[in-house]
This record gives sequence, C-alpha cells and structure tokens, in this order.
Amino acid sequence: MNIVNILDEIEKVDGEIYERLNPRRAAMKDFFNMGKKISLAAMPLALGSMFQKAYGQTNPTAVNDVLNFALTLEYLEYHFYNYAVANAPIPAGAPKNAITTIRDHELAHVNLLKGALGTNARTVLNFDNFDFTAGIFLDVFTNYQTFLKVATAFEDTGVRAYKGQAPVLKGNDVLTIALQIHSVEARHASHLRQMVAANVPGASGLKPWISLGAGGVSNDTGISQVDAVYARENTDIQAGVTITGIATGVTKAAAVESFDEFLTKAEVVTIANLFLKPAFRL
Amino acid sequence: MKNLQKEELEVLQEDSSIFTANLQRRSFLQYAGAGMAGVALVAAGCKKDKTPDNMTGVTLDFKDDTGVLNYAYALEQLEAAFYMQVAANPPSDLSPTERSYFQDIQFHEIAHREFFKKALGNAAIKGLEVDFSSINFTTRAGVLGAAKTFEDLGVAAYNGAGVRIKSDANLVIAGQIVSVEARHAAYVRDLISNGSFADLSSLTGLGADNAKGLDGALTPDKVLAAAKPFIKTKINVINL
Repeated sequence: MNIVNILDEIEKVDGEIYERLNPRRAAMKDFFNMGKKISLAAMPLALGSMFQKAYGQTNPTAVNDVLNFALTLEYLEYHFYNYAVANAPIPAGAPKNAITTIRDHELAHVNLLKGALGTNARTVLNFDNFDFTAGIFLDVFTNYQTFLKVATAFEDTGVRAYKGQAPVLKGNDVLTIALQIHSVEARHASHLRQMVAANVPGASGLKPWISLGAGGVSNDTGISQVDAVYARENTDIQAGVTITGIATGVTKAAAVESFDEFLTKAEVVTIANLFLKPAFRL
Repeated sequence: MKNLQKEELEVLQEDSSIFTANLQRRSFLQYAGAGMAGVALVAAGCKKDKTPDNMTGVTLDFKDDTGVLNYAYALEQLEAAFYMQVAANPPSDLSPTERSYFQDIQFHEIAHREFFKKALGNAAIKGLEVDFSSINFTTRAGVLGAAKTFEDLGVAAYNGAGVRIKSDANLVIAGQIVSVEARHAAYVRDLISNGSFADLSSLTGLGADNAKGLDGALTPDKVLAAAKPFIKTKINVINL
C-alpha cells in the first residue's frame, strides 16, 4: 500500500486533495509517523480517518448543523422505540414487528448521520437523557394507546422537520440522503396512524395522511397535547395557488391532505425539548 | 480521450427517435460529463437536442426547475389518470373503506397535477396519453399491485429529483408532495401485506438501502424508463 499512489489517484478526481489535506498538515504528519508503528491490517482504518478529517471539514457549518439536528431527532426516535420494544405492552406479532422495523430504521439513520458527520457529530444521546413522558404522557411505556399516539406525533414531527431543512441542504449531495430518510419517516407515520386508528377508541377515522382536523383545526389526531406537531397543517394554499376547488372534487380536506407542511427548526426544537431532560435540551 | 471520442460517435449514431435509445444516450452523457471530453460530448449532444418536438411528443428540458416541475407534472398526470380509472369502476372486492381511501388518493393526485399545471402556466407540457392495458382493474390485487408500483416509483422520482431543483420554494413543494406519496405507498403496501409499509429491502431496485434505512431515489432517466410502458405519449428528455 503506497499512500502517495493513493493520493495521486484521488488527485485525478479531486484536484484539491492536497489543498484539503494542507490545513491538516499536522494530522498528515501524525499519520505518516503512525504508519511506521501500525500494522498493515489497520492501515485502511487509519486512512479512512485521515480522509474523514480532510473531507469532513468541507461540509458547510450550516449543513453540519442540520445533520446534527436530524441526528438529535433520530436519537430521540431510536431510544423511544428501542425501549418500547422491550418494555411497552406492544402485542406480539404484526404490531411488535412493525415497531421493531421502525426502531431498526431509526438506528440505521443514527449510524448513517453519525458517519456522515464524523468528528463533527454531536455528543451521543442515551436513553437516560430523555423523558418520554414529557410530563404529560405519563403512561407512555405502560399504555399501548398512549405509546401509539406519541409515536405518531414523533413520526409526523420527523417528516415535517426534514422537509423544513431541505433548503439548507440544497445543492449538497446529502440532500438526497435527507430526502430518502424523510420519505421513510412518512411511511412510518402512515403505518402508525393506521395503528392508532385500529387501537385508539374514537380515532378510527384517522387517515394515513394528515387531514383537516375537526372544525377546520390543523391537528387531525384529536390529541390536543400534540397541537404543536400539526401547526399549519390545515393550509390549502401552496406557492400562492389555492388548492381547494382546483378541480372538481378537491375539497378543503383533500387540499390539506395532498400537501404536507414543514416545521421550522425553532418549532421542532420546542417539540423535541419537551422530551429531553434539561441538561440535554437544544 | 480517443476512446471517448469513438464512443461518442457510436452513441450519436444511434437513432434517437427510439425513446429508450435516447435515454441511454442521456445517461451516457451524464456519466461522461467530467472534464474536457464531457464538454465536447455535451456540445455534440446539444445539437441533436434542439430538434423540435414532433406532433405527438413532449420534451422535458432539465436545464432548470421548469423541466423538473414538468417531470413531476408528467408523473402526477399518470398517477391521477390511474386513480380516476379505479374510482370510476372500482373492483368489486375492494372494501368500502379502501374505496374511500382510494378516492382520497385520487383527489390528492388530481390536486398535485392541477397544482403543477397552474404553477407552470404556459410552460406546462401538454396532457399525456396513458396506456393502462397491462393493469387488471377488475381485481383488488391488480389495482393494489399497480398502485404500489406507481407510489413507490413516485417517491423514488421525487427523492432523486431533489438535487436538481434550484429554488428553495420548489424544493419545499417537492418535499411537501413526496411525503404524501410515501404515505400512499405505505398504505397500499400494508393493504397488500400488513407490515410491508417500509420494506426497504424490496425497494433496492429503486435505489433504497435497507441497511442505511434509506428509501428509493432514482434519476429521471430511470424513472421514465420504468414509467414508459404506461405512457403512450413520447417523452423527449434533454439536458439531463
């Protein structure tokens, strides 16, 4: 393995490799010195770390901020489901399998975002850093229905949060990854809404898509504690175009359902902080 | 360089009147689009791209957001047409709740279609002629299978097109629509097999990665190739 050959190869596709590495001259020196001591088998790992240092720095701060913000939300979701799978009264079979599938995706998202951020990743969040009752949902891990309600709110929040940050990622390769996570969260939300409809008394009409709330309110779940999650979801004007009545049969409800709305970062932070213990709040 | 020039000639000699051949050339150009060879290729490719639409075709010009919005408009036309046909004559074994939700989806897709038409104004492509001869509309299984194909493809299409969008407003709109398509996809999948709402391992052909928890994402050439059997109107693609 010849490090110079590797750098030359990279230079062919990235003319700025030496420039990228330059600010990290000290790291390079460390690397070459280390090369004398470490075994050949450990070389690929050491190389990976060096290139991460070189390329990890190139993400604009704003992009890293968004990825870390997303990482916080993914930690929240992962720990929520991971604890619930083992401790909450989720019926065995399809329900437990669905929550396990969702848990696995959230863990994959955590790992993916951590990897993309490298040394810029935020400090790790553990289960103990969260309070999933938020002081409101006291039986979240002992009452299946409460668990489903909170899970639905988390997924709909996740969908809205990613959507709101897309413009910051515009033109960056990580936008595609963010979009690929975003639509997975929407699939989760769709399924959880169906689970709420099937299991929570009075919620049988809850649709897989966010509809117009009773009396025209933005929150269609009927759970007033999660109003903030659904702010502006009763909007029927998109980019200046009124969707209600845009064609025969497109009612206000259909118009509202056909476009999901985004949440601002500040709005999401307010929601997430409800579930983070004070020392870990954003 | 020599090899690239040779390939360029070979590729350009292909008859671009065939839709698939056209797409293959586009994707070749996309991958070759690095360095001087790429510039020469693109310049050569553009000469052919300037040919006007024939009477039956539409052109999606991906040079700017208008092309991306027209691409979305084309896909929404396809979806809307499908759900309208289902709603007009639903299979007898579709339950009342399922019929009601399929009607919801129909109006979502119509709203998307009409939104793009209105937003694009004079720049909108014309209405597409669809071909659903391969779909069995008389059975629940036939309808659900086709709906799953359309929804999963729609999600992958929007996810893959995001990087091409230049304006914040258009990117947000695309994001507002794609999550609704993903909700549809999950619902339809659960009807086919409960729990398959986000079976990412079944979506690798659309660019999904289960180990990373990522949904599908496809470039427009691949999406249009997959949608081609359902669209009679010839779709020309340029500047992809």
